[in-house]
Amino acid sequence: MAKVPVQFTLNGSEKAEFVDSGTTLLHALRDKIGDTSPKGGCHQGTCGACSVIIDGELRLSCLTLAETCNGVAITTTAGLSEAGVLHPLQRAFLEAFATQCGFCTPGMIMAAKVLLDHTPNPSRDEVVEALSGNICRCTGYEPIIQAVLTAARSNSQNAA
Amino acid sequence: MAIRRGRGVAAINYPTGMNLGGDPTQALVHSTPTGNFMVTLSSVDLGQGMKQIMAQICAETIGVPTDRVVVDTADTDTGPHCMGTFASRGTHRAGNAVIQAAREARQVMLEVAAEELEVNASDLETDGQGNILVKGAPQKSISIFDVALSAHFKRGRSISGRGMFLIPRSYPEKETGAMKPSTCYAHACTVAEVEVDDETGEVTVLTVKNVFEIGRALNPKMVEQQLVGGSWMGISHALYETTEPYYPNRDHGGTDFNQYLMPGPGDLAETEIIVLERPSADGPYGAKGPGEMCANPQIPAVANAVFDAVGVRIDTLPITPERILRALKAQAAN
Ligand code: FES
Ligand code: FES
Repeated sequence: MAKVPVQFTLNGSEKAEFVDSGTTLLHALRDKIGDTSPKGGCHQGTCGACSVIIDGELRLSCLTLAETCNGVAITTTAGLSEAGVLHPLQRAFLEAFATQCGFCTPGMIMAAKVLLDHTPNPSRDEVVEALSGNICRCTGYEPIIQAVLTAARSNSQNAA
Repeated sequence: MAIRRGRGVAAINYPTGMNLGGDPTQALVHSTPTGNFMVTLSSVDLGQGMKQIMAQICAETIGVPTDRVVVDTADTDTGPHCMGTFASRGTHRAGNAVIQAAREARQVMLEVAAEELEVNASDLETDGQGNILVKGAPQKSISIFDVALSAHFKRGRSISGRGMFLIPRSYPEKETGAMKPSTCYAHACTVAEVEVDDETGEVTVLTVKNVFEIGRALNPKMVEQQLVGGSWMGISHALYETTEPYYPNRDHGGTDFNQYLMPGPGDLAETEIIVLERPSADGPYGAKGPGEMCANPQIPAVANAVFDAVGVRIDTLPITPERILRALKAQAAN
């Protein structure tokens, strides 16, 4: 089968790949480009571990075909830190002990980032709603909710 | 038909590790040429914090800062043998092995330092910051960095140690059945408050109050993290999770996350955690195993709370609406 060319930006840098038709974006990112920050938990849209941000929207990369991503801008958790300085969400997750095995963490951080980009000062209910598509086996969720609320507060302090 | 409230309590004690065959774990510790320390283990970190705790234990025993220790659990084929990280055994078993290995390495380190300083090794102590000092004369000192260099390039010594944990297997006494089935025990008590809808069988957990007695908390924040997650998991086991809802009939078993139920971030009960520390005699720096234990007491506490609310004993997990309604029906028929 003929390969399909696909071109997009990933965390600000240009990527061009030939993929088999039907390749998921998750597979292209992890196994072709080498960004393993999105995780494959279920490959069917039920766990949220593969979440990435495409043109500002939260998307499940396991349900997104790579060939539909021409010209888009993709953000993954691997692209959040700048010059070795952690993103406020990453810092908050670290300080709140909001990660154990870490498998859900990149997806949680993507979901939280999209929330905070649109709603800088979310209520607890809004945080819960934003994370409700992401499954965590380890933490019991509360530390994750607290981390997102803390990151929101530190953002608004920086803005003030 | 009404929403009924109930409260249940449960207390447990929980063994650390297993008895069968002695439950062994081994560890190796060695220094690099620049005085950092490697701990080699086959005890895998699943996210419970094994590496951090082993680094702390090794650092404490040798007398260096924790960031001077690297824990390598990369390969269970080539590392020293470990039974595995399960049964709440990791910290206790591997920790004891690491202490033994680190003590031996520390002894070699002090011997090399003694040769460099021309004193007796027994007159030396560590300052915990990476230096070895003469007791009572701290101006006479040498850095562990220099000791490691000397060991490697001048004196031909290996600053290293071997450690193992093994308890003899205990068999029951013929007359009494008495035996020692494990080492130390962790303890917990949970009070759960629930609401049960006696029309739908739906259970909502309102509050979960847990007290955990876990020996010494070697890393209090990580202990808390484990306990918060474990308490949630206990509720999940009590009310939601099963792969075999009609065991042994496999029909209707969950096959993916759509069908395998777990409470999400919107279903959290108000949770309280209290930690009691009673250091164990046989644990590394007094630690016990809080791992699996912390997800247990919520289950009987919820079952008791359901009984308190609607008067039926559910003895099969999870406590689903269907099971509650069937029990209520049977109760009404009697
Ligand atoms: S891997 Fe995409 S949602 Fe689970
Ligand atoms: S930290 Fe393990 S799944 Fe969330």
